[in-house]
Amino acid sequence: MNIPSLSIASLKDRVENFSFKALLFPIFGILVFVLLWQVGASRVHTSLGEFPGPTVVYEQWNSLVTEHHNERVKEDKFYQRQEKRIEARQAKDPNYVGKLRDYTGKPTFFDQIFTSLYTVLAGFGLASLIAIPLGILIGLNSSVYSALNPIIQVFKPVSPLAWLPLVTMVVSASYVSEDPMFSKSFLTSMFTVTLCCMWPTLINTAVGVAAVEKDLLNVSKVLRLGWITHVIKIVIPSAIPLMFTGLRLSLGIAWMVLIAAEMLAQNPGLGKFVWDEFQNGSSNSLGRIMVAVLMIGFIGFLLDRAMLVIQRFVSWDKTQVLR
Amino acid sequence: MATHLDISQVSMEFPTAKGSFKALDNVSLKIAKGEFVSLIGHSGCGKSTVLNIVAGLYDATEGGILLDGREVRGPGPERAVVFQNHSLLPWLTSYQNVELAVKQVFKKTKTKKEMHDWIMHNLELVHMTHAADKRPDEISGGMKQRVGIARALAMEPSVLLMDEPFGALDALTRAHLQDSLMEIQKDLNNTVIMITHDVDEAVLLSDRIVMMTNGPEATIGEILQVDLERPRDRLALANDSKYVDYRAQVLTFLYEKQRKVEPIAVAKEKKTVVNAKVANA
Repeated sequence: MNIPSLSIASLKDRVENFSFKALLFPIFGILVFVLLWQVGASRVHTSLGEFPGPTVVYEQWNSLVTEHHNERVKEDKFYQRQEKRIEARQAKDPNYVGKLRDYTGKPTFFDQIFTSLYTVLAGFGLASLIAIPLGILIGLNSSVYSALNPIIQVFKPVSPLAWLPLVTMVVSASYVSEDPMFSKSFLTSMFTVTLCCMWPTLINTAVGVAAVEKDLLNVSKVLRLGWITHVIKIVIPSAIPLMFTGLRLSLGIAWMVLIAAEMLAQNPGLGKFVWDEFQNGSSNSLGRIMVAVLMIGFIGFLLDRAMLVIQRFVSWDKTQVLR
Repeated sequence: MATHLDISQVSMEFPTAKGSFKALDNVSLKIAKGEFVSLIGHSGCGKSTVLNIVAGLYDATEGGILLDGREVRGPGPERAVVFQNHSLLPWLTSYQNVELAVKQVFKKTKTKKEMHDWIMHNLELVHMTHAADKRPDEISGGMKQRVGIARALAMEPSVLLMDEPFGALDALTRAHLQDSLMEIQKDLNNTVIMITHDVDEAVLLSDRIVMMTNGPEATIGEILQVDLERPRDRLALANDSKYVDYRAQVLTFLYEKQRKVEPIAVAKEKKTVVNAKVANA
């Protein structure tokens, strides 16, 4: 496969071919946007003060970074204190087995980003595990397709906010454990993400599978390929381009849905961060929410790029322009 | 000679919105082992339908196919098909495309090493070993068709079915591939049914040319025995009186007996008459 290699030579090549023009217009666009934002923001007044402009957002970003740093220092000290105490007791009584207590300080902005990321990936992963095999099945068999199509069409447009109460109740009722591995808020958010984001992958996989070239199907027939070989060698490779279109749409939806789900389910991620800042209502809140908004956008962009890289790696059609 | 493949009273009807459409009517043909037979006829005369029935991709409405005296149903590698547009899997290299067929047919009888040798041998036959690790989008149309032929030959079919194998190629590439095919045919002595539109191709390659009437209800019009000595050389044959005569016979069948389109002169004449009438009115 022609994977763009990151050797020194190719890197050098890239630097040499790097054109300033390619960056000029995006930078210009961003500068104009920031300027308009600064001017516009100062004219919007709310009960929590002015709408946050770029400078305020920058200050809040710095303060969030400092908070995160301070919190880590506190956490380290907390564990050091515990270890010292345990050592001291073990010195007196060799049979003493100490127990390390978890640090219970509040999660910082960056902890919350991490929570959001793994929640969304769990939800998206589960959705893909369901949607891809089901999509293949639907695409292969028109009877299964006609049976499931109305159900898919009805559930596809349902908003995450409508699912959430139901998912919450079901998770609370069915996930009862003394020592839970996952928090309920995590499961609720994850399942809501799964329910909302599986549809594009399901539909696109099915369409891709159903659209395998007739000539290739004939090849498979002449060779008398078994069902499994047929699916692995012919059907899946030919459906991969559309499958990835679906997966990328799904991941985009998953990330959008997650923020809403976290707000309501109180999963300690970015959604909860926004909600807590909103409830908090200090003069810093709007600036912090704006930092979160930009961060959500930026992560969403990175997630899509990551999918694109995987798609380039997996796709057999290197002539296809992927963007 | 003993019959190897027997196409026995085959008729084919396709259901359409306006009722059933009878594409083929009572097609019968006996083919001996090692014989090279061409099917020629105008577009839509059901040549491909015949081939698809022999391949097992279509089920004949009446009649059936006997291979060595046994009826065959459904597709199978003993009747390998070379498709018109190569039909290679675009995500596999030339080697892997042939490998897919070889693994399917010989997975129980050949060892890994033998399979590898067999794949390379077949690529060698069509002179494609140099591009074994290239994917179809990296090689030319003629090369793709070569790999398609290698894939079909690798199945060691008792009948090789070719559906306009060189139709999509330019004249020079086509001539080159025809020569290759004759060479392979000489070595392997395969039984071949080939569909073609090309009169020269039919005469050059075939032992017999089966000419089909126009559809609907198409059937076999005439069969021409081509008694030209092999190996055949296209340059030497160009002025050979027998060759020219065979060629003329096929052309006569296609353009006089089974004329599909009116000659331009006739059509023009009619138009002038109509125009004159309009002018007079």
